[in-house]
Amino acid sequence: MVTGRATPETSRGRVHAQTAKIRFILIQNRAGKTRLAKWYMQFDDDEKQKLIEEVHAVVTVRDAKHTNFVEFRNFKIIYRRYAGLYFCICVDVSDNNLAYLEAIHNFVEVLNEYFHNVCELDLVFNFYKVYTVVDEMFLAGEIRETSQTKVLKQLLMLQSLE
Amino acid sequence: MSGLCGKSKEAEIKRINKELANIRSKFKGDKALDGYSKKKYVCKLLFIFLLGHDIDFGHMEAVNLLSSNRYTEKQIGYLFISVLVNSNSELIRLINNAIKNDLASRNPTFMGLALHCIANVGSREMAEAFAGEIPKILVAGDTMDSVKQSAALCLLRLYRASPDLVPMGDWTSRVVHLLNDQHLGVVTAATSLITTLAQKNPEEFKTSVSLAVSRLSRIVTSASTDLQDYTYYFVPAPWLSVKLLRLLQCYPPPEDPAVRGRLTECLETILNKAQEPPKSKKVQHSNAKNAVLFEAISLIIHHDSEPNLLVRACNQLGQFLQHRETNLRYLALESMCTLASSEFSHEAVKTHIDTVINALKTERDVSVRQRAVDLLYAMCDRSNAQQIVAEMLSYLETADYSIREEIVLKVAILAEKYAVDYTWYVDTILNLIRIAGDYVSEEVWYRVIQIVINRDDVQGYAAKTVFEALQAPACHENLVKVGGYILGEFGNLIAGDPRSSPLIQFDLLHSKFHLCSVPTRALLLSTYIKFVNLFPEVKTTIQDVLRSDSQLKNADVELQQRAVEYLRLSSVASTDILATVLEEMPPFPERESSILAKLKKKKGPSTVTDLEEAKRERSVDVNGAPEPAPASASAASTPSPSADLLGLGAAPPAPTGPPPSAGGLLVDVFSDSASAVAPLAPGSEDNFARFVCKNNGVLFENQLLQIGLKSEFRQNLGRMFIFYGNKTSTQFLNFTPTLICADDLQANLNLQTKPVDPTVDGGAQVQQVVNIECVSDFTEAPVLNIQFRYGGTFQNVSVKLPITLNKFFQPTEMASQDFFQRWKQLSNPQQEVQSIFKAKHPMDTEITKAKLLLGRSSDLGQHSLKKLILTLQTLWALASSTPKPPRLDACCVWSRICKLRCTGSRCAQARTLFPRGYVTYCRSSFNPMQAVGLCVLFPCVSATLGDHTAHSTMEHLSTCTSSLGPGRGWDTKGLLTGTTAGLPVQGGPGSMKSRQPVVQSTN
Repeated sequence: MVTGRATPETSRGRVHAQTAKIRFILIQNRAGKTRLAKWYMQFDDDEKQKLIEEVHAVVTVRDAKHTNFVEFRNFKIIYRRYAGLYFCICVDVSDNNLAYLEAIHNFVEVLNEYFHNVCELDLVFNFYKVYTVVDEMFLAGEIRETSQTKVLKQLLMLQSLE
Repeated sequence: MSGLCGKSKEAEIKRINKELANIRSKFKGDKALDGYSKKKYVCKLLFIFLLGHDIDFGHMEAVNLLSSNRYTEKQIGYLFISVLVNSNSELIRLINNAIKNDLASRNPTFMGLALHCIANVGSREMAEAFAGEIPKILVAGDTMDSVKQSAALCLLRLYRASPDLVPMGDWTSRVVHLLNDQHLGVVTAATSLITTLAQKNPEEFKTSVSLAVSRLSRIVTSASTDLQDYTYYFVPAPWLSVKLLRLLQCYPPPEDPAVRGRLTECLETILNKAQEPPKSKKVQHSNAKNAVLFEAISLIIHHDSEPNLLVRACNQLGQFLQHRETNLRYLALESMCTLASSEFSHEAVKTHIDTVINALKTERDVSVRQRAVDLLYAMCDRSNAQQIVAEMLSYLETADYSIREEIVLKVAILAEKYAVDYTWYVDTILNLIRIAGDYVSEEVWYRVIQIVINRDDVQGYAAKTVFEALQAPACHENLVKVGGYILGEFGNLIAGDPRSSPLIQFDLLHSKFHLCSVPTRALLLSTYIKFVNLFPEVKTTIQDVLRSDSQLKNADVELQQRAVEYLRLSSVASTDILATVLEEMPPFPERESSILAKLKKKKGPSTVTDLEEAKRERSVDVNGAPEPAPASASAASTPSPSADLLGLGAAPPAPTGPPPSAGGLLVDVFSDSASAVAPLAPGSEDNFARFVCKNNGVLFENQLLQIGLKSEFRQNLGRMFIFYGNKTSTQFLNFTPTLICADDLQANLNLQTKPVDPTVDGGAQVQQVVNIECVSDFTEAPVLNIQFRYGGTFQNVSVKLPITLNKFFQPTEMASQDFFQRWKQLSNPQQEVQSIFKAKHPMDTEITKAKLLLGRSSDLGQHSLKKLILTLQTLWALASSTPKPPRLDACCVWSRICKLRCTGSRCAQARTLFPRGYVTYCRSSFNPMQAVGLCVLFPCVSATLGDHTAHSTMEHLSTCTSSLGPGRGWDTKGLLTGTTAGLPVQGGPGSMKSRQPVVQSTN
């Protein structure tokens, strides 16, 4: 059926980013303390530290009336603030902003359910569980599972093994 | 451990060190730790690491945990590996072993952990070990759904990291059918995998189109409760919908009418839903709904084939432009930008101009205003250019500093592109400089000068306008530059008006002189010498200025030298010569706007290109001709490889003797000079030969890629910096340069390098360092092979890397006795070889010596300069008693040294050493090329010779240059003005050569 152009280019010569995916996920508090850092791209330690600081500087100066999207280097940070915590996802500029914004919310709702009213300290002391939650919902820089019911069921099953 | 969070930093460190010591002792203790304790301590280490402290042990214990049968222990082990990944080969083997066991365990929990670990680490070693295994897990009938999800994304990670290691095969068709899977989570994960695979292999995955359409159709038509778990705030499977719509953007519109009809229905349904009343007041509901809507609009724009859908999309975005949610206004502006480039919707987008301008004025968030600027730029055409440029200019007055430069570039481009009336263009650019002078980059003001020089209808107006603008008490330095340049060229056009008489023009410019930086002052000095030619009545005033101590003894060499040269020139040259030397600049060759190139570089590949390409179709370029391919601009900006000293490379060679081109001077010692003087021959063999005696330069260049080299050698070691420049605006993917040594070369030459980043962004340059060790002598050179993907096509380039044996040569001092003693020891018959061949060119040892010395003159120290000059003095003595050709050669060497020295701080030395004989020789030789060379050197010659000699030389020159015929005469002038104006060097015959490239070309 499709015998048209063999390349994934549009008629306007636009090439979609071939690596459309999440570059990293960061959870930081207002003071800039990192509560979770999940990297989907190779960065060395210094670079990671720099990114963390820059993201913090970019995100914290914005007020509630601003968009939840901010350009950052060649990428875009999609972020949302919950109480004192900033949840940030770094994606390509051409990615779907709203989809990632709601992916953050979906993730936060799962955390909230799993930790029964999640607070910052839950993330600190149960860091290994948070990593499990992230891997259930995001893997290899892509959205893996979006059903809260399914994620929570899996998490409870894993918890029962402890 | 709660104490870790509070108190001071020092207390934390102290506490952590204590804990680390404790854990270390536990790990080293005699008593074997049980699984639980091991897990506890590894977990503690992880916690400490996440607090930001270095951890350098515990890896082994973590690996041990992997083989535990308890989930919690295994999980901590895998987490430690994922977070603190270490490419320690010993451990990788053990880790891979544990993963292999878990993958084979048939326990879904353990399989999940193992797959997540591979997906998180994604190293090449893991790809080697598991890339064959994972597709099997993915498509096996009995694999659990959650494992399938993980396997799909794990495979995606390996494919992105090492596409070469993932074998395509039967599994691919079965993966496509996962789009039909019952479990939406599996479909969600599989869609990501399929999208990435389809981007690289569209043909193989094209069946995914109809499957994706039918899946999408089932989702968008489902009732909000149908999908249960996957309904998010009353929106059915929003993320999956977005992913499916993205997958469809890998392909053109479906050709099967049924599929196409079904897709159009889907897209219409999505657009219709946007008009329905919301099912919930929560922002999550509208966000999820709009995420799908925006992705649908992207697909509509991508297909760019259904005018009806395009206009509906545009109207929908128009509604969002005035939405109370900032996010939606932002996204609407962003989407509309791409919509503006479609011919079907361009007009519809333009109707929103007032809303967009309003957004520019009222939005509180800078990123929204930025989008508004982008959209205005995208929707601009001839009909609304004046309005848009005016609005952008007025916005510029208050714009955020972070985006000013970009706005300046955009205004400059639009003003040029849509100028009907060039007075408007000149006004706009001068306004730009007035409002945001600091953000006006060189490209912008170069461009206005290029345009004014190329269009005579605007020159008078430009001169009048800059003159008026300069009257302002405080004007930006960029304005002084433009003003200085334009008045220097066209001041005569307004000199008739007593309010702008020559003296007033000069006084006005000179009143700014002392506030300006050195480059601007240098430019003004050139303006002054041009005034001397234009307005003989101010000659004495200008001479007084040039003669003042602040110029003649200026601490800056460049200014001092200009003052000296111009003063001499103005006092010794006749008016005819002055008029020839200081003639009006010739028109610039047309080329892609340098500003556009800069904007592209600034904005990255995607955004600018498609707009520009679309616009190119619609609009006629400012020069009334189609814009030339961008390649020409980049070719012109790199110094021509054969650019010779005097810019005479294109001229016919002198009738007698070897070619007078100084560019060939160095190379012809080693090879026939023909290849070296060939203009711009990018053949790699030619380039290779040039690198025999030089270390830096451009090794290879084609439409896509430029490879530059910088290298240094010491004793048997060397280091080479290879610069790969992406000349396009599109990313190179899988960019892999490889160094290939033939077998016998491998033993003699050690090359070490690190792999470079596999993606090279458009306009970007990446660097690779090669460390070289010469073990033994060798003849063949290594080959540099570069492979990458550009757009959809695979590129493969091979060039010989110029590592030649002579790079490792070292001179040895030796007394003649020692030498001959050694020489006589070489008594074996095979140690002596003799071959006799006929020389192509006359040979002179001294000249050769000088050439060799000059070859290294880039780093010419005081000592070697002396040596060089001594050699040349001998040479000169020799040359004066020999026939013509060697003398001609000697002249070239001399002029080269003088040129070199003239630009450096040691110029005085070369000047005084410049032999009168050279001048006399040139006068008698009647070689026009030589004469032009002399003319170039004239300022420094005149500084050392008496007025009389210099004057008669000059007169002689004017006869010589006039004999060169039209088109060549202004070479001489170009050298004077070109060096001083600091303008970009233009290619083409009779081009100006700025000082910078002159020095470079001698390296």
